[in-house]
Amino acid sequence: MSNFIFGRYLPLNSVVHRLDPRAKLMLSFFYIVLVFMANNLVTYGILIVFTLAAIFASKISLGFFLKGIRPLLWLIVFTVVLQLLFSPAGGHVYFHWAFINITQYGVVNSGYIFIRFLLIIMMSTLLTLSTQPLDIATGLSSLMKPLRWVHVPVDTLAMMLSIALRFVPTLMDEATKIMNAQRARGVDFGEGGLFKQAKSLIPLMVPLFMSAFNRAEDLSTAMEARGYQDSEHRSQYRILTWQKRDTVTWIIFIIGFAAILAFRRW
Amino acid sequence: MAISFEHVTFTYQAGTPMAQTALEDVSFNLPDHGYLAIIGHTGSGKSTLVQQINALLKPTSGTIKIDDFTITPDTTNADLKPLRQHVGMVFQFPESQLFEETIRKDIAFGPQNFGMSPEDANELADQMLTTVGLDTSYAERSPFELSGGQMRRVAIAGVLAMRPKVLILDEPTAGLDPQGRQEMMDLFEQLHREQGLTIVLVTHQMEDVAEYAEQVAIMREGRLVKFGDVQEAFGDPDWLLANQLDVPRAAQFAQQLAKRGFQWQPLPLTADQLAEQIAEQWRKRGTDHV
Repeated sequence: MSNFIFGRYLPLNSVVHRLDPRAKLMLSFFYIVLVFMANNLVTYGILIVFTLAAIFASKISLGFFLKGIRPLLWLIVFTVVLQLLFSPAGGHVYFHWAFINITQYGVVNSGYIFIRFLLIIMMSTLLTLSTQPLDIATGLSSLMKPLRWVHVPVDTLAMMLSIALRFVPTLMDEATKIMNAQRARGVDFGEGGLFKQAKSLIPLMVPLFMSAFNRAEDLSTAMEARGYQDSEHRSQYRILTWQKRDTVTWIIFIIGFAAILAFRRW
Repeated sequence: MAISFEHVTFTYQAGTPMAQTALEDVSFNLPDHGYLAIIGHTGSGKSTLVQQINALLKPTSGTIKIDDFTITPDTTNADLKPLRQHVGMVFQFPESQLFEETIRKDIAFGPQNFGMSPEDANELADQMLTTVGLDTSYAERSPFELSGGQMRRVAIAGVLAMRPKVLILDEPTAGLDPQGRQEMMDLFEQLHREQGLTIVLVTHQMEDVAEYAEQVAIMREGRLVKFGDVQEAFGDPDWLLANQLDVPRAAQFAQQLAKRGFQWQPLPLTADQLAEQIAEQWRKRGTDHV
């Protein structure tokens, strides 16, 4: 479980960590747009330099990002191979058999897909590694505020989100504890055939659900006892403020955007 | 089973920025059929230490020997299963490990994992139910219908059913009422005495340590700062207080009495020892005055 890096927070002190979560969320989204606009070597080169610079600024070692990619490796390989084998005809045909075509077009496209995956995973890993889950929740709810005008219960959604995020580590701990207890009773997790592995999950899942339900009930009682009311306008303890560094980061991204517009193949 | 630790160090998430050393250079020897209490503050490494004994956590460096089993950082999981059968582990709030439809099935789960036939395991389950003080009529009921204290008994029966030779107890009486606590501790004492189980007890209850344990290990910030028999470890109340550890209530009382002219040899740690020494000193005084 400790190998699973995606979605984890790494407490360090860097410019990236200190950026406003709203800025980081929007920038991540903007970055994905950029990744899909890039379509030749120069533009992808710009993005790679961009991404490496962001990682460098976060002071997180590159090894963490490579570790983060590992669990998604098969998905990437699968997509790339699919793209490689089943691209529509175009350019030089290298190989042809029945319905399989490996064409120049396909090779180039699968290369792009691979780079896109890599870049997006790297950047979203950077977002979660450098932002506390609760900050992400606060940022999201702040960004969703305009939806209040169309009667979306933004505050309730934000509360749900932050509770869900808040209890991820708690449930992880609980799961580890239960796994240890069952292991001490002779269960082998992650060993044997598929059926045996699935069966070994029962002694983990039943107690985990039991405790999650109990915890949810206790939590809601505790919240009500302290006067929590749904849909009431709530103030916040941590107020997000837009800083100069957020503006500067945006400017850098917009320059990158301009560069990609200039160099992309139209 | 005898347990020995040789320079055991353990680091959580070694090799990452979150690395945290929980045990540092811990060495001790516990003889077969021993009763060891481990005390120390929250976060001093007690739970980490006991999880090394059945290799749920493997040392980052150092060696652990449990009879013929040797655990080193390179030991693989396949080698560990026989060890886990011999080392029963009762975690904090063990009732959270219950999952089966009936109590009998839940208790029989452990022994079946170690290769016992379902019939034998069920029979053993009923037997264990009586051992922990529950009626066999409970066997067909769901464990989730029980009260917290009863659930804990069932969970402990589930561990005892594996017939371990070493029993590790991580705060087994936390959250129980005084009577339940007494019964639980008496049960462990009985298993220790009658079946020769080696017991390792993690606790904050100094009274239990004084009453039941033979040896004490005191942990502080991942290090073993004291290891010895109970009288030795508790003989110096000032040292305990300086390390923010409680002194058993009987010993506290004895210290108060010492200011009023009582003399202790040695310092009584349990209510019984205290009563005995007071009685003796009164008898002497009585004869003096007459």
